[in-house]
Amino acid sequence: MSEQATQSQAGAETPMVEMRGVNKWYGDFHVLRDIDLTVKRGERIVICGPSGSGKSTLIRCINHLEEHQQGEIVVGGVPLTQDVKRIEQVRRSVGMVFQHFNLFPHLTVLENCCLSPMWVQKKSRREAEAQAMQYLERVQIAEQARKYPGQLSGGQQQRVAIARSLCMHPDVMLFDEPTSALDPEMIKEVLDVMVELAREGMTMLCVTHEMGFAKTVADRVIFMDQGQIIEENAPEPFFNDPQSERTRLFLSQILGH
Amino acid sequence: MTHNDKMIEARPAPIRTVGPLAWLRANLFSGPVNTVFTLVGLYLLYVLLTPTIQWAFINADWIGTSRDDCSREGACWVFVNARLTQFIYGLYPRDELWRVNLVFASFAVLIAWLAIPRLPFKRWVAIATLLAFPVFAYVMLYGGHFGLPLVETHRWGGLMLTLILAVVGMVAALPIGILLALGRRSQMPIVKSFCVVFIEFWRGVPLITILFMASVMLPLFLPTGVSVDRLVRALIGITLFQSAYMAEVIRGGLQAIPRGQEEAAAALGMSYWMRMGLIVLPQALKMMIPGIVNTFISLFKDTTLVMIIGLFDLLGIVQAALSDSRWLGFALEGYVFAAFMFWIFCFSMSRYSQYLERKLHTGHQR
Amino acid sequence: MSTRPQARPAGPRPPFWRDRAKRALIFQLLLVAAVAAFLIFIIGNTQANLAQRGITTGFGFLNNTAGFGIVQSLIDYSSQSTYGRTFLVGLLNTLLVSALGVLAATIIGFTVGIARLSPNWLIARLASGYIEIFRNIPLLLQIFFWYFAVLRALPSPRDSMSLGEAVFLNVRGLFLPEPLFESGFGLIPLALAVAVVASIALIVWNKRRHEATGRRLPAGWISLALIVGLPLAVLVVTGVPVTWDVPELRGFNFRGGITVIPEFLALWLALSIYTASFIAEIVRSGIQAIPHGQTEAAQALSLPQGLVLRLVVVPQALRVIIPPLTSQYLNLIKNSSLATAIGYPDLVSVFAGTTLNQTGQAIEVIAMTMAVYLTISLLVSMFMNWFNARVALVER
Repeated sequence: MSEQATQSQAGAETPMVEMRGVNKWYGDFHVLRDIDLTVKRGERIVICGPSGSGKSTLIRCINHLEEHQQGEIVVGGVPLTQDVKRIEQVRRSVGMVFQHFNLFPHLTVLENCCLSPMWVQKKSRREAEAQAMQYLERVQIAEQARKYPGQLSGGQQQRVAIARSLCMHPDVMLFDEPTSALDPEMIKEVLDVMVELAREGMTMLCVTHEMGFAKTVADRVIFMDQGQIIEENAPEPFFNDPQSERTRLFLSQILGH
Repeated sequence: MTHNDKMIEARPAPIRTVGPLAWLRANLFSGPVNTVFTLVGLYLLYVLLTPTIQWAFINADWIGTSRDDCSREGACWVFVNARLTQFIYGLYPRDELWRVNLVFASFAVLIAWLAIPRLPFKRWVAIATLLAFPVFAYVMLYGGHFGLPLVETHRWGGLMLTLILAVVGMVAALPIGILLALGRRSQMPIVKSFCVVFIEFWRGVPLITILFMASVMLPLFLPTGVSVDRLVRALIGITLFQSAYMAEVIRGGLQAIPRGQEEAAAALGMSYWMRMGLIVLPQALKMMIPGIVNTFISLFKDTTLVMIIGLFDLLGIVQAALSDSRWLGFALEGYVFAAFMFWIFCFSMSRYSQYLERKLHTGHQR
Repeated sequence: MSTRPQARPAGPRPPFWRDRAKRALIFQLLLVAAVAAFLIFIIGNTQANLAQRGITTGFGFLNNTAGFGIVQSLIDYSSQSTYGRTFLVGLLNTLLVSALGVLAATIIGFTVGIARLSPNWLIARLASGYIEIFRNIPLLLQIFFWYFAVLRALPSPRDSMSLGEAVFLNVRGLFLPEPLFESGFGLIPLALAVAVVASIALIVWNKRRHEATGRRLPAGWISLALIVGLPLAVLVVTGVPVTWDVPELRGFNFRGGITVIPEFLALWLALSIYTASFIAEIVRSGIQAIPHGQTEAAQALSLPQGLVLRLVVVPQALRVIIPPLTSQYLNLIKNSSLATAIGYPDLVSVFAGTTLNQTGQAIEVIAMTMAVYLTISLLVSMFMNWFNARVALVER
């Protein structure tokens, strides 16, 4: 109930995700430095940068898989604090897709998708399954619903993972390098699903090196290095006329060959 | 639209997230529940350690020759001191102790050579340890040749006997274990079922019943008039028991070698024994060492059971010393000493096997 | 024979010692011959030896009178009983100490194993200290420690340590009050049975309701309250129809109540503590075997911490834990045979020990003893195979 209240009060104008002056350290290592980022409802953002630049840490802070030490993160009007209830509330509205899929191997595809709707949203099995089948059909894997994750290919598993997140009706989807653990021929089937999702107006933050995907769907591309946001721009100027020397260097390295 | 060419310098983390205070907060006092746990833990530590330290060190008596030198407030290490030679060598003649020392010193050198990764000629040292050393050790310990006086096995005891039982049991069990493991993987049905039954039988019964069997039934199995030394009987039982466990460790190691290795060897025209001896076993043995060390630790602890059939290993001789009328009432000291000896051996071996395991894992990632 | 063509490539036949199939056959025949020769050798010798010593073989001795007493017996036993009954008493004592040992080792082992993974540094250190100390000291030494150094050093019955003047601990053992049930007490087990049935019904109903509507009650807590509360309530309502037979010091020892002999206590403590240190390691590595990504994925799906454990971590960790756990249970059962070293009357002690010495029937006695342990091992490994097949994760 409080969820709906915050949503309606958030409205279209309030940003979906807001990060102000976020800093994070692993021990003495300064991973996130003065991050300011605002994501509007329906916006699609691609984050790129060299490995170890803090891009995964950044999006993992948004659903509090990582804890930030300074600054403020507000998701859908709910500020993230130590409060467990608030963290769970935020996680209900934020879906996440991992690099290594992280499907639950002891549950079937369908059970993976029904787990959270049944236990967190308190839906009946029939309702949860009907909805799960609907999403599995959307990612074109409905015929595998009774199989176990171990029986599927990487691309199929990642599509199931996307469907599993969608079953919670998230307002934002976070993608943490969703295609980098996949064989080349499977990348496209996952990207197709993500493009489709973007077309439907889902708010998305993607950490990815798929620059083709960034060009087609992103509203903004963010380049990170050494824990800070170096450059932030619409895809066309970002790729054609990067402002920062380091962005140029990075782009030439990943597009150069 | 925005861009930022100026780098933000890395700043030190806020003081509440690093440093000893933050460490304490994160690891000991991160919430009310955790704080309670920490306090309970500290109390437990205090309750356990203070009397132990007082007993074992502060109030303990170390120097002396008889029980009158002990104040009875703390531990009486005088008892252990007075009996130390016996605890280590059993009743081995005092003048001949150098023989035992020599055997174990040379064994320690060989083992150290094998255990330290950097030293060369591993294969030759291993062969010497497995083939030449047992003969040398037997001649030295038992005597009767080269002018060495004969020392009957009933005079052997203490830590020396414990080590002999464990090492001989292990070395003898290794080849039997390899054969059993290969047999269990064989495609010949009779060989395979024979090995399975043999392995599962010895693994399914307690060591103590095997020792009873070796000491009571073995004499019945032999032709009338042939008698076997009690130590040898125990060794036969231990070897059979250990070979079954070794077989399972070796089987695990063999399974870890990819089939392609054996296929490649077969494609080069090698016979079964060449494929096994030159390609599969050398690779598998390397992976098995942690498992072998672990079974050795179990065996080392299990050798204490021989005291039930009347041999005086380290525990047996300590137990016997406790009933000495001149030293009654020092059971705790005796057990703590024996426990400490066993613990040192087992703990260091288990650390070594963990180190090997880590080394194996990183080796495979590369 | 079938009419299928022979699976044998064409070409000249090799001589039989180079033919693979024949070679395998010859090799196996040789093995059979060797084993048979060995057995014949042994049996021949044994018969000669037995004849010389004047021992008759066979199981007839089981009907003879044993003529010795046993300090702890779960069934009626006296020195007039037969060796067959001795066997039974020993077996039951083995099973008793094993069952209670398994129970205690599981509780301690899981607690220590989970504590080993605690974010609290001190608790984790204490747990790993426990593991490293107890698993590196021989079990027999630990049994001796508890028996001779601790329990034998306790005060005499006159100076017993006591808990509320009802539980007494002294060198003769542990003395507990025994409940004596009066008429009307039958209602309490009845209440317990009702509570258990109601709890099971509640859990089933709750599961169905959760599937049907998505809503659920905290059935676990309600069941616990029922199972504890209902018998207690009945107890109070019926006016406590139970009296306690409190042990009492008469002369040199306690009379009445339940006596737990020190041999049992020492064996049980040592077995539980020793095995628990192995179980703790199994539990730790089982939980650590679950990739952190599983927990993160469950958290990202906004499952609260309790459900993350219950639905994602525990079901997967149990698959890793249960096979080595059962083999630890087997070890515990086999290790309970060390009872013989301190005189706890287990199977090995009274049967392979006293009975063997009195009758000299070494072969029969040791065969029966080994058969018991082999049967237990076999049953447990059958369970393990069944379990593994059932819960194996489906892979491609």
